[in-house]
Amino acid sequence: MFAPAPFLLKDASVSRVMTQVCLALVPGIAAYAWLVGPAILVQLAIASLAALVAEAAMLKVRGKPLALFLSDGSALVTAWLIALTFPPLAPWWLVVTGTVFAIVVAKHLYGGLGQNPFNPAMVAFAVCIVSFPALMSQWPSVGLQVPLREQLDIILGLAPRLDALTGATPLDALKTALKLDESSVDVAHLLANQDIFGNFAGRGWEWVAAGYLVGGLWLWQRKVISWHVPVAFAAALAAISGALWVYNPAHFASPLFHLFSGGAMLGAFFIATDPVSGSTTPRGKLIFGAGAGLLAYLIRVFGGYPDGVAFAVLLMNLCVPLIDLLTQPRIFGMKDKP
Amino acid sequence: MLASLFRFKGGVKPPTHKAESTGRPIAPAPLPSRLVVPLHQSIGGTPKPVVAAGDRVLKGQLIGEADGWISAAVHAPTSGTVREIAMHVQPHPSGLDALCVVIEPDGKDEWIERQPVDYRLLPPEEVRERLQQAGVVGLGGAVFPTHGKLNPSKTVPMEELVINGAECEPFITCDDLLMRERAEEVVRGIAIFRDLLQPNKVLIGIEDNKPEAAAAMRAAVDALGEPFFVIQVPTLYPAGGAKQLIRVLTGKEVPAAKRSTDLGVQCFNVATAYTAWRAIAHGEPVVSRLVTVTGNVHEPRNYEVLIGTPMDELLKLATPHPDTDGIIMGGPMMGFLVPDIHVPVVKATNCLIAHNDRLFPPKAPEMPCIRCGSCAEACPHELQPFEMYWFARAKNFGKTQEYAIFDCIECGCCSYVCPSRIPLVQYFRFAKSEIWAREREKNAADGAKDRFEFKQFREDREKAEKAEKLAKAAAAQAAKKAAEAAAAAAAGDAAPATEAPVAVGAAEDPKKAAVAAAMARAKAQREAAQPKNMDAVTHEQEREMAAIDARREAAGIADAPPAAAEKKAD
Repeated sequence: MFAPAPFLLKDASVSRVMTQVCLALVPGIAAYAWLVGPAILVQLAIASLAALVAEAAMLKVRGKPLALFLSDGSALVTAWLIALTFPPLAPWWLVVTGTVFAIVVAKHLYGGLGQNPFNPAMVAFAVCIVSFPALMSQWPSVGLQVPLREQLDIILGLAPRLDALTGATPLDALKTALKLDESSVDVAHLLANQDIFGNFAGRGWEWVAAGYLVGGLWLWQRKVISWHVPVAFAAALAAISGALWVYNPAHFASPLFHLFSGGAMLGAFFIATDPVSGSTTPRGKLIFGAGAGLLAYLIRVFGGYPDGVAFAVLLMNLCVPLIDLLTQPRIFGMKDKP
Repeated sequence: MLASLFRFKGGVKPPTHKAESTGRPIAPAPLPSRLVVPLHQSIGGTPKPVVAAGDRVLKGQLIGEADGWISAAVHAPTSGTVREIAMHVQPHPSGLDALCVVIEPDGKDEWIERQPVDYRLLPPEEVRERLQQAGVVGLGGAVFPTHGKLNPSKTVPMEELVINGAECEPFITCDDLLMRERAEEVVRGIAIFRDLLQPNKVLIGIEDNKPEAAAAMRAAVDALGEPFFVIQVPTLYPAGGAKQLIRVLTGKEVPAAKRSTDLGVQCFNVATAYTAWRAIAHGEPVVSRLVTVTGNVHEPRNYEVLIGTPMDELLKLATPHPDTDGIIMGGPMMGFLVPDIHVPVVKATNCLIAHNDRLFPPKAPEMPCIRCGSCAEACPHELQPFEMYWFARAKNFGKTQEYAIFDCIECGCCSYVCPSRIPLVQYFRFAKSEIWAREREKNAADGAKDRFEFKQFREDREKAEKAEKLAKAAAAQAAKKAAEAAAAAAAGDAAPATEAPVAVGAAEDPKKAAVAAAMARAKAQREAAQPKNMDAVTHEQEREMAAIDARREAAGIADAPPAAAEKKAD
């Protein structure tokens, strides 16, 4: 009998980590389903199914043990992040395309679990927004309560896509209005539009973001994630948005608005904290998180896309090997040396 | 008390499982049926056997003599007869054999004549030598000969003497019970170390999950009036690692490349101090030690066990459950399953844990690393285990060294926390042994290269010398030809008998002449290559010699050239 020490092991596993991440998403999902519409639950189911099928197929092709890797939960996390970042009324095939691309190309072609240099969910988002920009930009108006039956028909392609159902996202509304008429419109005036904006950010969406914040804090408390990335992400985003807001409050929205808009909270706690594609050293995590927060702001405010989190995270993924190399911590007994 | 403790980064808190074996006092283990005493029980040289099969030995009698300074003597654990000196399986993961003295006890347990001394009357060298002769080694597990650590440094003043009673590994309680029951002798042993090393202060570190031990030690320190500090340190594995305990108590971090004495600290285990006192004050060499017998057994307990006791016999005392399927020597974090249950208890054996799958569930299958960084957070040496794992797996050993793999103390914290169940420590051991093997190979290759290069150099030098000689010879030959010509002219009448026939012969047969010329050349060469006394001859001497040669030839004496012989045949 051969078994190497240690004989005692902590009760930890990859599937437990992934399950906790999924659990932490629940408050955000609940707020989403309640305030924006239950269609998100359908999208979550579609994405999960597509992810598991794609994962199983790839594991089979690669000759890996199916049960072991299917139950690790990593495909599910990817699927849920895709569903939560895609428009909730996107056609089913769009979500499936994104999910399959994420699992097959972004994950398994790079070597599977633990080997992907890019966050698979964000690769899916980037691919789809570049390939299907119109569909990826159709977000439902929060104020419009569409019956679930009708939402299902839209997702499954049984009913025509009605432009009337969709509206500008809070970030889009702000950007478009400010671009169209820079002199006469100001942020405070725009935010008064209660169809789109709520108490401090997008109507409804602000509470979804708050849900992610709650789940993220729970993940931190459970030590699934460290504080470095979320804090650095939020601090960088708040710093740059705050600086510009102070400089010209009529033209730039407040840090609070930016923190609770778009994918900022989801990105800070669930996407940028992906250990596989993120930085691993403490200082590296700070740089990684801050870079992602900064880029997300620049892209969402000055770029052409509705939000910048996906591209920000992907760009920072690119820098990870360099960041890690340059931020290796000093080891025990070496602290005094330069 | 001291102002404050320091902390080390990382560490883990596995379930301690210590309460099981602390409920009963230390019990002496009965004499086993036979004792297998390995000769090599400490770091350093392997002691040489000084007994032979058939010899009767007494308890405490020397059976293995220390080989060199870093080596410690080995003694007969009881009285009896030496049955054989032979190779037996060792309590080591490799399962390799080593030379052991096998003793059949006679049941009398009869001591040699013990010679207690008052060490304060002895010069320090003699105290150290006595410790070596008594086989006192570090009983915390490293078994480094203790006397080798008791030389005060000449350059760095000794600031702190750290005494390790932390005992951080789960299940193990032998140091705990030792301090509870024999605190006074432990403190007296520490005083020996203190007197030899002359530190500024003595710090005794005990994990705070052993309040009874700490209280007993405090009482003993007070009773003996020693100025030692008994300090309870937070229970956090591996607080009992020497470097971690030194960090916690003194704030000093000992890097891998340095010894603690370079920073003015020395560290000993409490059990080592105890055996040192027994050795000096009672004249008892190390023939037994305390062993915790625990795990999957009915009655976990600490035993005073003779070195060489077969582990299965010891385990039986605690009545193992029938589903026991192996014995772990050491703790569950750094111990190993012994290759054979009959292997003997040695000086490094602090604990036996009966293994079964209920207590230690088989590991779930290994998953890929997800770079979660838990291992880096748990590492008490602040390394990046997942990076080292990555490179060890890829056999990129140079990179593992860049990530300081030799700073790894193999405590197992990384493996303990890994959610992917990767046996990280195994990878690091593999990488380390590969690096050592490669270094050996490289040293061997470097040696071979040096030898080859020297051989080439030597051959080149010889060739150059030969070429020089040949050039000299050519010059000598030219000189000789000139001399011969002169000699022929001068000695025309001195040897007409020879000169004329050669000339005639040459005229008669050009072939013969060529042969004769070649012979002459060869002879000239031979002469040129000859002793140095030919080098500086004057023309007259040469002429003389030529004349002599000619005469000798004429007379047919000695090395007459074949040409001359032929000529005679004419």
